[in-house]
Formats: sequence, C-alpha cells, structure tokens
Amino acid sequence: MAQTRLSATNRIIRWIDYRLPFVAMLQHELYEYPTPRNLSYWWNFGSLSGIMLVVMIVTGVFLAMQYTPHADLAFDSVERIMRDVDYGWMLRYAHMNGASMFFALLYIHMFRGLYYGSYKQPRELLWILGVIILILAIMTAFMGYVLPWGQMSYWAATVITNLFSAIPLIGQNIVTFLWGGFTVGNPTLNRFYALHYLLPFVILAVVLLHLIALHRFGSNNPLGIEMKGPQDTLPFHPYFTIKDLFGLAVFLLIYSFFVFYAPNFLGSSDNYIPANPMQTPNHIVPEWYLLPYYAILRSVPNKLLGVIMAFGSIFLLFIVPWLDSSPVRSARFRPVYKWVFWLLVIDVIALGWVGANPPEGLVVAVGQIATLYYFVHFLILFPVIGKLERPKPLPASIATAVLQGGSGARLGGAGAPLAKS
Amino acid sequence: MADLAQHNVSGAHAGETRRDFLILTATAIGAVGVAATIWPFIDSLNPARDTLALSTTEVDLAPVQVGQRLTVAWRGKPVFIDHRTPEEIKAAQDVNVADLRDPQPDSARVKKPEWLVLIGVCTHLGCIPLGQKAGDPRGPYGGWFCPCHGSIYDTSGRIRQGPAPLNLFLPPYEFTHDTTIKIG
Repeated sequence: MAQTRLSATNRIIRWIDYRLPFVAMLQHELYEYPTPRNLSYWWNFGSLSGIMLVVMIVTGVFLAMQYTPHADLAFDSVERIMRDVDYGWMLRYAHMNGASMFFALLYIHMFRGLYYGSYKQPRELLWILGVIILILAIMTAFMGYVLPWGQMSYWAATVITNLFSAIPLIGQNIVTFLWGGFTVGNPTLNRFYALHYLLPFVILAVVLLHLIALHRFGSNNPLGIEMKGPQDTLPFHPYFTIKDLFGLAVFLLIYSFFVFYAPNFLGSSDNYIPANPMQTPNHIVPEWYLLPYYAILRSVPNKLLGVIMAFGSIFLLFIVPWLDSSPVRSARFRPVYKWVFWLLVIDVIALGWVGANPPEGLVVAVGQIATLYYFVHFLILFPVIGKLERPKPLPASIATAVLQGGSGARLGGAGAPLAKS
Repeated sequence: MADLAQHNVSGAHAGETRRDFLILTATAIGAVGVAATIWPFIDSLNPARDTLALSTTEVDLAPVQVGQRLTVAWRGKPVFIDHRTPEEIKAAQDVNVADLRDPQPDSARVKKPEWLVLIGVCTHLGCIPLGQKAGDPRGPYGGWFCPCHGSIYDTSGRIRQGPAPLNLFLPPYEFTHDTTIKIG
C-alpha cells in the first residue's frame, strides 16, 4: 500500500507495536482494508448498527447509575430520571428510541443481505453470527423493556415467559424457574436487570467475531461477485469512512427527530402506568420490532405450535445459506428472485400490521396467510427458484462493470457485448 | 504359549487402551465436577425459601351477593371468587363434558356449587381474563374473556374458545366456616 504507516513515523507507536501490534492491526483493518469500490449506501447499515450498539451501552451505563432494580422502586426511579436527574430525560429517550433504531438498522442490514445474497458461500458463518446478534438483541431489548416496571413491562414479561409453559410436562416448572417465584415479581426484575446489563457485552463479543468473519473475505457488494484484484477495490479509509460518516449524519437526524420531537411515538402509553399484577391492560402489544413474531404466535390456533413457529421464524434464518440453491448472489442478476424478495418485505410488514391489531376478522385471515407465506418463502421458494431461474450473465469483474459507467445490471444484461470493445 | 505371544505383540496396543481409559475416566469425573459446580448457580434462580413459604389468604364470603364476583390476591396472583346464580350453575352443569377441550365436569371444579373459586390467570400466556367487574365483557358463555388473545371461558372457568389449552386452574382451598374460605 502506498500510504505511510503510522507505526513507521512515530517512535512511541513503533515501540508499542513491536510488542503489541494493535495499531498495526487497526491500520490494516480500518485503513488499508481493501473494500469493493462499488458499495452502495445499503452497505452503511453494518457500521451504523455498530455505532448504535455503542450509543446503547453508553446511555445504558449512565442510566444504570440512576436506576433502582426493585419491584417497589423501579417505576419511581425511572420517573425520577425523567423529572429530577439533569438530562436524565435525554439519556432515557436516547436509550428507549435507540433500541428501536438499532432494530431498524439490523432489519435493513439483514434485508440487504437477503437481496444481495451476502449469506452465500463463503460468508455463511458471517450471516449466522448476524442471526445470533439478532437473537441476543431481541433478548436484551425484551429484558430492558421490563425494567421500568410499568403495565406493559409487567405483562410483556408475563406473556413472553409464559411462552415456555407451552413445553409439554415441564413447561410450568421452567416458567417458575424463570420467574424465581409464582408470578413475575421482584426476583424476575432483578435477574432481568443483571442480564440486560450483561448481554450487550456478549453482543459486542459476537460483533467482534462478525467483523473477523467479514474481514476474512471482505464485504459482498451490489454485483455479488468477488473482488479479483486491486482494480476492484478501494482502501477503506478515506473512501468508506467518509461514506459511512455521511450515512451516520443522515441517520442521526432521523434518530434525533424521535428522541427530541416524538420520544414516545414508538412506545406504548400504558407503560407509564405502574405495574399492576391484578389487571391486564385491554390491548397488549409488544414493541414494533417484535410484532411480526407476535403475529405468527397469534396466527396459529394451537399454543405449542404457535410458540414453535414464532421461534422457528427466527431460527429458520440460520439455515438460509443452505436453503437458497442459486449460485448467483446478487438479485440484480436473478430475474425471478428480484421480485420475490419484495414479497417477503411486504409479508413481514403485513405481519407487523397483524401483530399491532386485535385478532379479529380480517386481521386473523391476513395473519394466517402471511404466516404461511413466510415459511413457504424460505422453505419452498428459496430452493425452488434457485433451481428453475435462469440468471443473467455476470460481469467479468467489479472494475469492468464500474468503469463502463453503467449499473452492473445493465451491463450484465443487454450491455454485455460492449465489454468487448 | 500362543496366548502369551499374542499378548506381547499387542503390548503397545494395551498401553493405549490404558491411556484411553484414563482419559475417559478423567473426563467423566471432570464433567461431573463441572456439573456439580454449575448446579448451585442454576438452583439459585429457583424460588427462594421466603417466596416458597406457603402463604394463605382467608376470605369472608358473607358480603358477596348472588351473581357478584370478587377478586382476591393469593401468592401474588388474582383468585376469582364467583357467587354463581342458579342459571350459571345450570349452564355449567348442562354442558356435554365430552365436547370440551379440557374435559372436566362442573362438580369436579367446585366444593359448593354456588361458589366457584379459580386462579384468575389465563392458561394461554398468563393474562388476567376480564369478567370480574360489572361492565366487563364475559364472552358468549357468560364466564370470562381474555383480552390478550381472545380465550373464552364458561361459568365453570373451563376453556371453550380461543388459544388457551386448559381450564382455569383451581387453587387449594377449604371452607373454614359456612361463609369463610381459606385459600392455600
């Protein structure tokens, strides 16, 4: 690489690097790191999620300094953060809405992966680590939601832990074990608090593994073909640090809008009522980012099967790399999958709508169809389309596609003969 | 003699078997040790002794009018007490038990037909069904209606429609006097 290494110019850094090659590693992974030159803004969402995780940990640690994890005191301590602690309202709103933002980023990041086939050989483990991050994030968000000990906190904890009562024979014992009592109570709140503090650091560790796996083969790209040499790449810095920073600025505008102008838009007002174990709110719904799973749970009339399918909808993602039989990564070159992909997007949004509404009439019907489609999409369409579809020809390399000046899609199709001239 | 010769030839092999045995037993003992170490951590999450200490709740039924429903707390859970009307009792008894999802005759669910005592927790996912207050929806069977996922219970607290798999549970209780019960 043409750039001068920091370690070559600074004596102290050179001294440290000789013994602990940390700066050299950063230099290698964040500076020189060869990145496909054609990455679009859809490739911003990984780094944005990472930054959001840090924001969540920082706001969370400061909130923990004010919060009291006790069933009798938790609700009031959160109100105290909101009313009496300097900037407490901002920390809490940033944390609360930050969870929503984190999931929005994760979901866009995952849909991008599905569209461009980023999970395919040799990036299967990269994808699997991502699914593990999603599962850990769901657990963390759920336990965090319980901490304010409002009505929604309490009943979300009750309903979600009760999912395990569907397990035959030992279900009820497992639920009692999870609660540490006969109902959701103080022992439950305490252990959720401990785990809510622990899990983000576990996520951080898995993110590190995710990055190691990513840097093994580098990013996928909109063309879905591998980098074949220096002509296909740009160094990560400054080209993609700048691109990521610009994306970050746009993202922070959206995030700030929620934090400062609509902090409770994504939440439920019922959670500002202290937990009452004697009364369930009339309409309980999870946070928006869990609505599709909730819709699947409710759409299946059998309790155990509903629980299995709700969990299955996530665990299914683990085997996606092996369900998709197409050797072509990017949907740009897959004339059928390109459209079917959007059916999944619509399906998941439909499930979200179903989960948000009381299960009556049309909602039930849409829920059952959308649930069925979700599984058909992955278990049937993924393997079948890959076999039947005739993909368009792939460009020879990223560089040739980019230097033609057109999009890879045009070049891969009718424009291909131009490549000869 | 042939035996001995064979023994000598397989000498090296016998040594490896001994090593395998040592590795196997050491690993097994190690695994038992790890499991024994983990157990206290897991068991610490079970309900503690103060939580387990069986609490009892006494309820005076005298002021409860016919047709009135009362909610009391027992072990942190709501217990529904229903002073059933003769029509409600009849409706509960006239059901063809074989048609029920969780078949149970009404007589097995009460100590005195006019007093129905239930744990007011939906057997689906643990919400508290509506029906205790005057204006609450009670569902088509006149019992209870769970707002979370639409489970419907009859006047004996048995599941009739919706996703819940079981009838509302019955708490242990006894009549200490004619109009007093002790729950727990």
